[in-house]
Amino acid sequence: MKPAPFSYSRPTTLEEALADLAADPDAKVLAGGQSLVPLLSMRLAAPSALVDINAVPGLDHVRADEEGVRVGALARHAAVMADPAARRVQPLVSLALERVAHPTIRNRGTTVGSLVHADASAEMPVVLVLLGGSITAASATGTRTIEAADLYVGPLESTLRHDEIATEAFFPALPDDAGVAFDEIARRHGDYALCGVAAVVRADEAGTITSVRAGYLSVSDLPTVVDLSEAFAAGAVDEASLDAAADLALASLEPAADIHATADYRAHLARVLTKRVVRQAHDDCTARREGDA
Amino acid sequence: MSTNAPTQTDPDTGEELHDVRLHVNGIVHQVRIPGRRLLSDALRHDLGLTGTHVGCEHGVCGACTVLLEGKPVRACLMFAVSAAGQELTTVEGLAAPDGRLGPVQQAFKECHGLQCGFCTPGFLTTITAGLRDNPDPTEDEAREMIGGNLCRCTGYQNIVSAVCRAAEIARLEPEGEQA
Repeated sequence: MKPAPFSYSRPTTLEEALADLAADPDAKVLAGGQSLVPLLSMRLAAPSALVDINAVPGLDHVRADEEGVRVGALARHAAVMADPAARRVQPLVSLALERVAHPTIRNRGTTVGSLVHADASAEMPVVLVLLGGSITAASATGTRTIEAADLYVGPLESTLRHDEIATEAFFPALPDDAGVAFDEIARRHGDYALCGVAAVVRADEAGTITSVRAGYLSVSDLPTVVDLSEAFAAGAVDEASLDAAADLALASLEPAADIHATADYRAHLARVLTKRVVRQAHDDCTARREGDA
Repeated sequence: MSTNAPTQTDPDTGEELHDVRLHVNGIVHQVRIPGRRLLSDALRHDLGLTGTHVGCEHGVCGACTVLLEGKPVRACLMFAVSAAGQELTTVEGLAAPDGRLGPVQQAFKECHGLQCGFCTPGFLTTITAGLRDNPDPTEDEAREMIGGNLCRCTGYQNIVSAVCRAAEIARLEPEGEQA
């Protein structure tokens, strides 16, 4: 349970960090390390070099404005979760962060690190995809924006290049006509979820539903978002529309069996959680509208 | 300029070694270690502070929890070289300088929160920080506070009682005041 040898650098500028990374195609970036260090200790990964970016200034920001929430590469989950402006501007981010491991891990783990770790059983990647967010990737040759829809390509595989550092994540603000909810089932609170669902429900001023989208974790190889709007074409949330939405969701998911749950059980959880979370997001939408009135 | 650059290589293995200053319980220690040395191992093997226990070694059990700049973190999920220059508190740092038990230690003793004792250091550090942030937790909040720590004796009821009792002791005996 000890990592294989690697060379370690702790640059104090972003330029230097990018140069260190570019110098070794086998190097990995170390930020919070809460996913990376276990992989190294179990020798599931053995990079030849680690570039520790914790001493790079200016990367630990959490900024929220009317456009959305911007989270720097060194912002810890706990800091993002506790930021009142971020919670107001895009409440789904803090709702999901509450289910990321437990407080001690959230003190060290970074939200951007979790996003680029690209684990389909993690909470934050699916939230980024559901909200249509993006990350900013810096390299020695410049910076680019990667839309969430283009970020995830396989299990633990993203389109971030080896010589790039994800410096910031952007979560768009919640529109005025929307409500959100997040729930998951894990064997123990804080464990990886057997299934998790996030939802965004939008409704017009009369309360008629205009769109329903849900994001799924731990039931596919990739963070998966399904548009469930057509199940609510009649405009209301009732048992029939929720059943139709769950059918629609399951048609897009491929639950797999592992030692913790059978595929059937995961499908069952996806069905139950879809109905629960859509209902909660609809309630949230109504409550926000009444709160505004 | 890069900090903590390697200063030497191990003559036997050729592995790069770093000279690192670790600030633990108010004392500065100088160690020469490879980049891959886990903080938990540096505390135990290089500094002899064996109060920090190593259980699962992949961040699940919480036995190795220490305070980094006052916040609980897993010592097995950090490299010691990354902790250079930052203030660390281990379980050895929780008692008063005169050896009197801290409120959390006292509460564990009173409530039988300590069973086989293996998980205790991680609980003590976690709860010490938890009560600083929330000095008057409800029972549910106490459970959330310790949600990341495992006790293989399953002594959770007593540990939850100890959290609530520690909060009470801290209120009765503000820091620095003699009992």
